[in-house]
Amino acid sequence: MMKAFETFRGVVMPLDRANVDTDAIIPKQFLKSIQRTGFGPNLFDEWRYLDHGEPGQDCSGRPLNPDFVLNDPRYAKAEILLTRHNFGCGSSREHAPWALVDQGFRVLIAPSFADIFRQNSIKNGLLPILLDEKIIDGLFALAGAEVPLEIEVDLEAQRLQPSSGEPIAFAIDAFHRHCLLNGLDDIGLTLEHADEISTYEQRRQQQAPWLFASVASV
Amino acid sequence: MAARNDQPRNDQPRTIFDKLWDDHIVRTDEHGTALLYIDRQLVHEVTSPQAFEGLRLAGRKPRRPEANLAVPDHNVPTSDRHLGIIDPISRLQVETLEANCREFGIQLFAMGDPRQGIVHVIGPEQGFTQPGMMVVCGDSHTSTHGAFGALAFGVGTSEVEHVLATQCLLQRKPKSMLVSVEGALGRGITAKDIVLAIIGEIGTAGGTGHVIEYAGEAISALSMEGRMTVCNMSIEAGARAGLIGIDEKTIDYLRDRPQSPKGEAFEQAATYWRSLNSDAGAEYDRVVRIDAASIRPQVTWGTSPEMVVPVDSEVPDPDAVTDPVKAGSYRHALTYMGLEPLTPIAQIGIDKVFIGSCTNGRIEDLRAAAEVAKGRHLADSVKLAMVVPGSGLVKQQAEAEGLDKIFVDAGFEWRDPGCSMCLAMNADRLEPGERCASTSNRNFEGRQGQGGRTHLVSPAMAAAAAVAGRFVDVREF
Repeated sequence: MMKAFETFRGVVMPLDRANVDTDAIIPKQFLKSIQRTGFGPNLFDEWRYLDHGEPGQDCSGRPLNPDFVLNDPRYAKAEILLTRHNFGCGSSREHAPWALVDQGFRVLIAPSFADIFRQNSIKNGLLPILLDEKIIDGLFALAGAEVPLEIEVDLEAQRLQPSSGEPIAFAIDAFHRHCLLNGLDDIGLTLEHADEISTYEQRRQQQAPWLFASVASV
Repeated sequence: MAARNDQPRNDQPRTIFDKLWDDHIVRTDEHGTALLYIDRQLVHEVTSPQAFEGLRLAGRKPRRPEANLAVPDHNVPTSDRHLGIIDPISRLQVETLEANCREFGIQLFAMGDPRQGIVHVIGPEQGFTQPGMMVVCGDSHTSTHGAFGALAFGVGTSEVEHVLATQCLLQRKPKSMLVSVEGALGRGITAKDIVLAIIGEIGTAGGTGHVIEYAGEAISALSMEGRMTVCNMSIEAGARAGLIGIDEKTIDYLRDRPQSPKGEAFEQAATYWRSLNSDAGAEYDRVVRIDAASIRPQVTWGTSPEMVVPVDSEVPDPDAVTDPVKAGSYRHALTYMGLEPLTPIAQIGIDKVFIGSCTNGRIEDLRAAAEVAKGRHLADSVKLAMVVPGSGLVKQQAEAEGLDKIFVDAGFEWRDPGCSMCLAMNADRLEPGERCASTSNRNFEGRQGQGGRTHLVSPAMAAAAAVAGRFVDVREF
């Protein structure tokens, strides 16, 4: 069950790279886990640490890459990730949003996201916000300042209020907004339409019976 | 309910994508989100454990267990299989898949089964994937199955669970894009070169929010294996799915597959399948036309599949790129790849070669690589060249044709089927700084092993690079 998305004010971490892929967000060796949680310490593992990470390892003593933004003390409590075009491209691994959520991120801001990643984020209460490239450039300029940028995120009003500057409106699919605001479980929602699914199956079976032939009898 | 543009519109010309979409709408809600019926789901060990756990926690059962087919592929070893999986964490993940399939009544091709292989190779091979179907899998390369005129796309684990529980998914209709590859390909140019050239043209986000239909003479001329290679990398173009209309090649491929309809049912199905083509005059949100004759053998030079150039050209110079974000990405990629701007591609030496994956692990791919390797030998500078068939049945077929002997005589290793060094979840990987000619689909940082440097190429180009120790133009080889 997803937590309902409530208005909050959080620190923005700027990750100034385009095409950040899900292999970079959470490298493959951590995908061997059969759990949904615990991926936070391995978020951006190959950029964040100087050594090679393996699953099950205690990350607290690992050498940190001082040049990676996540290790900058200004962003230690960041809840909003500001990044560039095509964030989350590549593999469909839901471990990517799991790792971002586990680390404490609640909102992602970029000029574009990869489709599957965006879908997976919404399923986990992680809000992806699309903004125009020019606005993003402006936010990057603010987020790199000595005192980190904070933004209040109001999903209900579809508005961002940065700690300095004008409010910024954003668009989001009405159904996604509804699910996020109410923390809705998609499966439960779909099962309310079980009768319609059965009706569809009966109709489809008449048109295309081979789709329903037992495939396991081989 | 008000008429919407995602409701059937039988009065106007439709694309194949429109037809597939319309045929699978169970209902449309007030937000315009469709509940779509999913005909088949493929399941593997990496993205399914949390989905099965979700079912158990909620006390739910799969709605149609027989509409799912499971196989371990990402973690399986490609050598010494009799020893089992040595890595205990990988072993637990594969055992968890086996236990979940037993508990929920899902058909599984286990590691010892000759039908085991990469999920996107076995689906079509078994006839589990058929035209007109909506197919999903917790894997982005599910777009492969679109080669059969199916609407097939990758989903995350939450959606795997959703499909198991309801046989449906909630989706907004993506936009449509036609990529028409017109005219005939030059000699030695393959499906892999086509799709890399398309990605080079439209970029890795060029297809975002779209379903791509591939058409044109060069696509029609491809075998089903080649069409799968093209559709497979739709995700590298950012697309939700890629697909190709039906022709007699599609139907011939499906005849007599283990899970294809049989006898009269096959003919009935084939009649429906033949209707799955875009109508004349159907409209697309975007159209891209590519001249097939202009496509040369492709080699990626960077850390994104869009960083690709023809083999007879050179590594680009970031200083010549005007967009500062793009120039920055180029510099970053060149540093990671250990390459200088303007280096001719043909001067780049390699350490390892990987032939396999859901992109290029099918019989035709192995034949193309074997044809180049035949009677030749790996260069001394090449430490390892692996050939990893896409499935146990591909392996059997290749051995029946003597391809394994050609590879072994040329110094290649002949392995067991799985995803292997495409993503290096098993023991097959690059060491830091090693450079690889790979027939896989992603050249991301660390993809084939931390610090590893991947160059994506076709199977024939990979085999030629193995022999020469550097990239060479297979047309002159």
